[in-house]
Amino acid sequence: MNQMTSNETMAEPTSTIRLSVNGRDHVLEVPDRKLLSDVLRQDLSLTGTHVGCEHGVCGACTVQLDGDPIRSCLIFAASAQDHEVTTVEGIGDDPENPSDVQQAFIDSHGLQCGFCTPGFITTIDAFVDENPDPTEEEAREAISGNLCRCTGYQNIVKAVHRTAELRAACGKQHSETDEEASEANR
Amino acid sequence: MKPSPLRIHRPKTIEEILELLSVHGTSGKIIAGGQSLVPVLNMRLAAPRNLIDITSAAGLDELEVVGDEIRVGALVSHRRLERDPATTSANPILADALRHVAHPAIRNRGTTVGSIAHADPNGEMPMILALTGGWVEVRSVRGARSLTTESLNVGPLETCLEPDELITSAVFPALRPGQRAGFDELARRSGDYGLAGVGMILSTDDNGVDRAGAEATITGLKAGFVSVTDIPDIIELDEFVAGTPLSQVSTILDDVISAIKGFIDPGGDIHASADYRRHLTGVIAGRLLKRLSRQRDGGGSPAGGSEMRQEGAR
Amino acid sequence: MTTRMFGQKIKRREDPRLVTGNGRYLDDLANGSVAAAFVRSPHAHADIIDIDVTGAIDVEGVIAVWTHEDLPGQAADRLPMLIPHPSIVAPHTGFALAPDHVNFVGEPIVMVVARDRYIAEDAAGRIEIEFDLLEPIVGVEQSRAGERIVHQGMSDNVSAHYVQEVGDVDSGLENAPHVLDVELEFERSACMPMEGKGVIAAWNREDESLQVHSSTQTSTGLRAALAARLEIPLTRVEVITPDVGGAFGVKINHPWPEELAVACAARALETTVKWTEDRREHFISSAHERAQTQTVRVGFDDDGRICSLDVKFWHDNGAYIPYGVIVPLNTSTHVMGPYNIANYRVEYWSLYTNTVMVTPYRGAGRAHAVFMMERTVDAIADELGMDRTQVRLNNFVREFPHPMGVTMQDGAEGCLDSGDFVTSLDKLKELVGWDDFEAYRDQARAEGRRVGLGIGCYVESTGAGPYEGGHIEVETSGRVNVWTGLTTHGQAHATVFAQIVADALGVPMDSVHVATGDTRKLSYSVGTWGSRGAVMAGNALHLTAQKVKAKALKIAGESLEADPEDLEIVDGIISVKGDPSSSMPLAAVSVLSNPLRYAFDESARAATQFAKETAAEEPSVKAGEQPGLEEQEFFSPLRSTVANGMHAAIVETDPETADITVLRYCVVHDCGPMINPMVVEGQVHGGVAQGVGGALYERMAYDEDGQLLNASFMDFLMPFASEIPHIETDHLETPSPLNPLGIKGAGEAGTIPTATTIASAIEDAEGFPIRAMPLDPSSLWELRNQHAAGAVPSLKSRRGDSAASSPAPSNSGLQ
Repeated sequence: MNQMTSNETMAEPTSTIRLSVNGRDHVLEVPDRKLLSDVLRQDLSLTGTHVGCEHGVCGACTVQLDGDPIRSCLIFAASAQDHEVTTVEGIGDDPENPSDVQQAFIDSHGLQCGFCTPGFITTIDAFVDENPDPTEEEAREAISGNLCRCTGYQNIVKAVHRTAELRAACGKQHSETDEEASEANR
Repeated sequence: MKPSPLRIHRPKTIEEILELLSVHGTSGKIIAGGQSLVPVLNMRLAAPRNLIDITSAAGLDELEVVGDEIRVGALVSHRRLERDPATTSANPILADALRHVAHPAIRNRGTTVGSIAHADPNGEMPMILALTGGWVEVRSVRGARSLTTESLNVGPLETCLEPDELITSAVFPALRPGQRAGFDELARRSGDYGLAGVGMILSTDDNGVDRAGAEATITGLKAGFVSVTDIPDIIELDEFVAGTPLSQVSTILDDVISAIKGFIDPGGDIHASADYRRHLTGVIAGRLLKRLSRQRDGGGSPAGGSEMRQEGAR
Repeated sequence: MTTRMFGQKIKRREDPRLVTGNGRYLDDLANGSVAAAFVRSPHAHADIIDIDVTGAIDVEGVIAVWTHEDLPGQAADRLPMLIPHPSIVAPHTGFALAPDHVNFVGEPIVMVVARDRYIAEDAAGRIEIEFDLLEPIVGVEQSRAGERIVHQGMSDNVSAHYVQEVGDVDSGLENAPHVLDVELEFERSACMPMEGKGVIAAWNREDESLQVHSSTQTSTGLRAALAARLEIPLTRVEVITPDVGGAFGVKINHPWPEELAVACAARALETTVKWTEDRREHFISSAHERAQTQTVRVGFDDDGRICSLDVKFWHDNGAYIPYGVIVPLNTSTHVMGPYNIANYRVEYWSLYTNTVMVTPYRGAGRAHAVFMMERTVDAIADELGMDRTQVRLNNFVREFPHPMGVTMQDGAEGCLDSGDFVTSLDKLKELVGWDDFEAYRDQARAEGRRVGLGIGCYVESTGAGPYEGGHIEVETSGRVNVWTGLTTHGQAHATVFAQIVADALGVPMDSVHVATGDTRKLSYSVGTWGSRGAVMAGNALHLTAQKVKAKALKIAGESLEADPEDLEIVDGIISVKGDPSSSMPLAAVSVLSNPLRYAFDESARAATQFAKETAAEEPSVKAGEQPGLEEQEFFSPLRSTVANGMHAAIVETDPETADITVLRYCVVHDCGPMINPMVVEGQVHGGVAQGVGGALYERMAYDEDGQLLNASFMDFLMPFASEIPHIETDHLETPSPLNPLGIKGAGEAGTIPTATTIASAIEDAEGFPIRAMPLDPSSLWELRNQHAAGAVPSLKSRRGDSAASSPAPSNSGLQ
C-alpha cells in the first residue's frame, strides 16, 4: 500500500460557485464534493440547518430549493446554483420576531432539544402554503418525512395546525395589501 | 460521512452531456436528483471521480402526454410527475405508485428517470414502467436507441446501459379504454421501501360505449412487483381472469393469488422473511384486484389511500 | 400578588432562539477548526497485527495521524471503570485507541486530524490495518454458552453476577397454590438522539489550559476525567455543554474514546480540534441498550395475589462496561413495580459480547423489569381467568412509604415514597374505556377486524443523588442569573428552573436567566440522567433562591428599618407586608450588597464605599458575610423518590398481513406536583414514542460475524410521525415527602411500560402469549403460523375463541 501515494491521490477539484441563499447572492470557492449542508453551515455560517444523518432520511437538514423542501445533505452546493435556497434563517432569524411557523412551534411546545426543528420548519412552511387548511391526517403525513426523537410528534402536528391558523389570520389582515408585502411578512 | 473527491461537470446541453459521458463515462456517473446516489457517495460505498450533473441542461425537462404516451424527461421530479393532472388522467397508476416513493422532500428532488436508471428492485418506478409496457429513450455520441424494460433491466441495480449512454426520457403508455390500474404496497414505515408491493392493470370490455347497463367483463390482467422480484418481471394473468364478470372477481382471486405467489421470488432480510413477503404479496394482490374491480374510473386510489393500513388508525 | 409560576403551562423560554436557527450545538461552534476522523475496526473480534498509516500521511491537509502509541501517559491506559459495583466480577473497559486487539465493529483504532472532515476521511480511508481474525461472540445465547470468550484471561463471559432476595422465595413458591414459568426476550435498541456525540478541545498555550465543549450529559464528570487522564490540574480544564440535540442516556458515559483522544491532540498540536460524530459512527461505536433473556417463576393464590417471585435474567452488556452495571441493576430492582410482593429473588448475569457496549437508554433497565413483571401479571390473569386489572388491584401496594427491601443504584434501600395506584388505575380504566372494550371488540370482529387492549404498570426510582447544586446571582439591574451544573438536552430547564426561582425569590420570570452545564460557573454537579434534573437541580435552586431571598431581606431590612420577617418580595419589589409605601427594588438591594471602590455607572456610584454611611467601627463587609447578592446551595436527598404510572393501548392487528397499528394510547402518570404540565406532557409523549419504536420498529440486527446490519436510518426503523399514535394523558399528583418541592422525575416515564403495554394488547388481539419484543408483522405472522401448528398455545381464557384458535383467515392459504 505504500505505493498508493500522492500520485494516486486525487487533487481536490474546486469551483467558484454562485449561490443564492435567503435572498442574498454569494460567490464562493468550494470543493466540488462539498455538500450544500456543509457549505451553508461552514462557508455561510448558517448553522440553523442541522446535519443528522447525511443519508437523507432524518430531514434535519431540510431547506427549500425554489420553495420546495429538499435535503441539503443530498445535493452538492455546486448543483444548487441557479436555484434560490431558503434555510430556517431565511424563514425567520430573529428570536424577538419569529415567523408564523416558528411561533407555532413555540405555542404548541413543538420542540424539546430543537435539533430537528429547523427541518420541520422549512417543511411545514412550504406545506401550509400548499395546503392552508390541512386535516389531522394530512398534517401528520406532511411531517412524516422528518425524524424527531424528543416530542413524539404530537405537538408538531399541533404546530402544523397552528401555523395554518396564524397564516390564515395574517392573510386576512393583509388581504388588502399587495402580495409581495404579505410574503415579506412571513 | 463525506464523499470522496470528485469533479462536478455541469453541461448545458444534451450534446455536452453526451460528450462528457464519452470521455468520463467509465470513471464517472450521471447525477440528476441524486437522492439514491448521494447517500452512496456520502457513505463512500462508491467514489466516482466525475459527476455529470445534468440538472442544468436544456431539453430534458419535458413532461407531456402526447397521444397515448406519457413522455417523462430525465429531469422531471417524482413530485412533478405525481401532481401532473394530464399524466394522472392518462394513467393514474403513476401517481398511485409515486405516492409511495420515499417522502415528499425526496420526491421533490429525485427524478423518475433517475429511479429507472438506478434499477433498484425495491423501487416502484422501474416496475411501473415495465407494467405499463413503457420504454426509455437513450442517447450517446454513438447514436440513439429505445430500450424496453426487458432489455434495460439486467439484474438488481444493473442495466444494460453503456457508460456513455444517457436516458433522455421514459415513456409510459396511457391506459387504454376499459383498463383500470392501481398500485399498493406495505412498508414498515411511511416512505420506506415496501416489504412487498404490487401494481396491476386490469383490462375489461368496458370501452366507454354505452352498454345499456350490461356488466363489464374482465378481458385481461397483468401484475408487477416491488421488493419480491430481482428485476421488474411482469406476470400476464389473462388465462385466470378472462371472461369473468367484474362483479364475480372473488371467484378468481385464489387462482390469481396463487399464480402470483408462484411467480415471485422474494428474499428474506432483517425486515421480513421470504415466506412472509410471499404471503404479503398475495394479500396485497387480492386487495388490489378487489379494489380495481370496484372502481368506476381508470383507477388510482383516492389521494394517498391504501388498502394496507387500517382506517381510523388515529 | 404574583401568580405562582410553579404548575403553570409556561411557554418555553429556550424556543425563540432554537426555532430561528440561533441554537448553538456542538458542530455549530469552532467553525474552521481542524477536524478529527477515526479509523474503526471493521471486525468484531480480532488481534491487530499491523497498522500502516503511510498513505494517510501523504494526503494533503493531514495534520496528525495517531495510533495508541501516540497517546501520552495515562491517556493510553484503559478507560476508567466509572461506576464500580460489588456484582462486577470482571471489569473490562476499552482504550481511547485500541492498541492490539478489538472487541467490536466500530472500536476506534486510529485518529486522523486534518484541515477538515472531508480530508480526514480521505486519509482515514488510506490507512491499512492487518488483523488476525477471532471468532466473535454475538448475542446472549452464545455468550452464555461460553464456548468462546470475549476477553482473554476470563474463563467465561460473565462481567457481573448478582443475587438479591427479599423474604423466602423458595418456601413462598412451595406453598403457592399456583406456579407459572414465563420466558421472555427483549431486543437491543438505542437512544439515537438526532444529534450525535461531539467534542471540541481547545488548548490555550499561554496558560496551558484546556477548554472543552462536549455534547455530554455531564460536563463536570468529563472535566474531572480529562484532567486526570491528561494529568493536568483540574483548574486548567473547563468543560462547557452547548445546546445538545438530545441524549437519552447515551451521552452520560465519559470520557468517550474520542473525547480523550481529541483533547490529547488539541494539547499536542496546540490548537482547537473538533470531532463531530456522524450517524454511522453513532450506530456502531456509541452505545446500545435493552437486550436481555429473562425467566420468571411466580407463585400466586386463587385471587392472583403474588406469593413469591423468582427472576433470573441474562443481560448483554456488549464489549465493555465502563458505566458499570446500572442497566441490569435497575432491572433487578424494579421488577416488583407497584406490587406488594413479600418474597422476591432476582439473579442476573451480565455478559460480554463482541458488540457495541450497553449503557443506559431512557428508562435504563426499567423497561426490561416492567416487561418481566407485567407479562407475568397478564399470565396470572389468564391462568385464573381474571380481569387483568383485577389481578393488579389485588397486588397493589396501598400504604406509603413502602420499603422494597432491595438495594438500588444509589446504594440506598428502595422505597415507594408516594403514590395512589388504585386511583391511578381507576383513571386509566376511565381514560381508555376498559370496561367497554369487549363491546368494541365484538363490533370490530363483526367488521372483520381484530383488536386488543393492553395494560402496563410501572414504578421508577427517579431523582437519584448524590447531589446537585444551584448558584444564583442578582445583578444590580435586577437581572437574576441562575446556574446549575447539570446539562440540558431538551428538558426545558431554562423555563422550569426559572419558574422555581421566580416563585422562591419573588421576581418576574422574565428577569430570571438560567444557564446549565458550564464548569466555569458551577463546578460541582453529577449530571443529567435517570429523571433527576428537575428533582435534584430544581430543589437545589429552590433552596438557593430561598437563601438569596433571606440575604436580600436582611439587607433591605436594614435600609427600610424593618424586621426581615415583616418583608416580602413581590415582582422584584421588597416591601413591608401590608405597607407597600415602604419598599425598594431587589435591584437596589443588589447595589447595596456590594460596596464598591469604583463608580463606573449609575448603580455602581450608588454602591461606592463613600456613598453610604457605615458605622465607623464596622467594616463595609461584615465578618461572615460576602459582597454581592449571590448564593450557592446544594440539595442531597436521602434516597431516590419513586414515580409511577400506568399505560393502556388499543391495537389492531391485520388478520391477513399481521400489520400492527396502535389505535389508541393512554397514559396516567404520577410525578408529583408538576412544575410545568406542558413540559411534563411533552416528556411523556416523547417517551411513549421511543417506547413504541422499541416495541414495534427498532432493533439492532447483528449478524453472526458481529456486523450491525442496519446501521442507518434507512434500516434502523426509528418511527416517523406516521408510526406514532396520538397519546392521551391524565395525571395524578401525589407529592413526594423526600424533597421540598415534592416532585418526582418524569423524563423516562413514557418509555418504560410501552413495550409491555403493546405486547399485552397484541396478546389480547391474537389470543396467544407475546413473550418477545419488538414484534414486527413478519414475526407476528410467523407466530400465528406456529400457533396454528400448535407450537404456540392459545391463551387459556381464549381457547375455543375462533379468532385465537384458528389460523389467520386468508383467501390464499398459508405458505
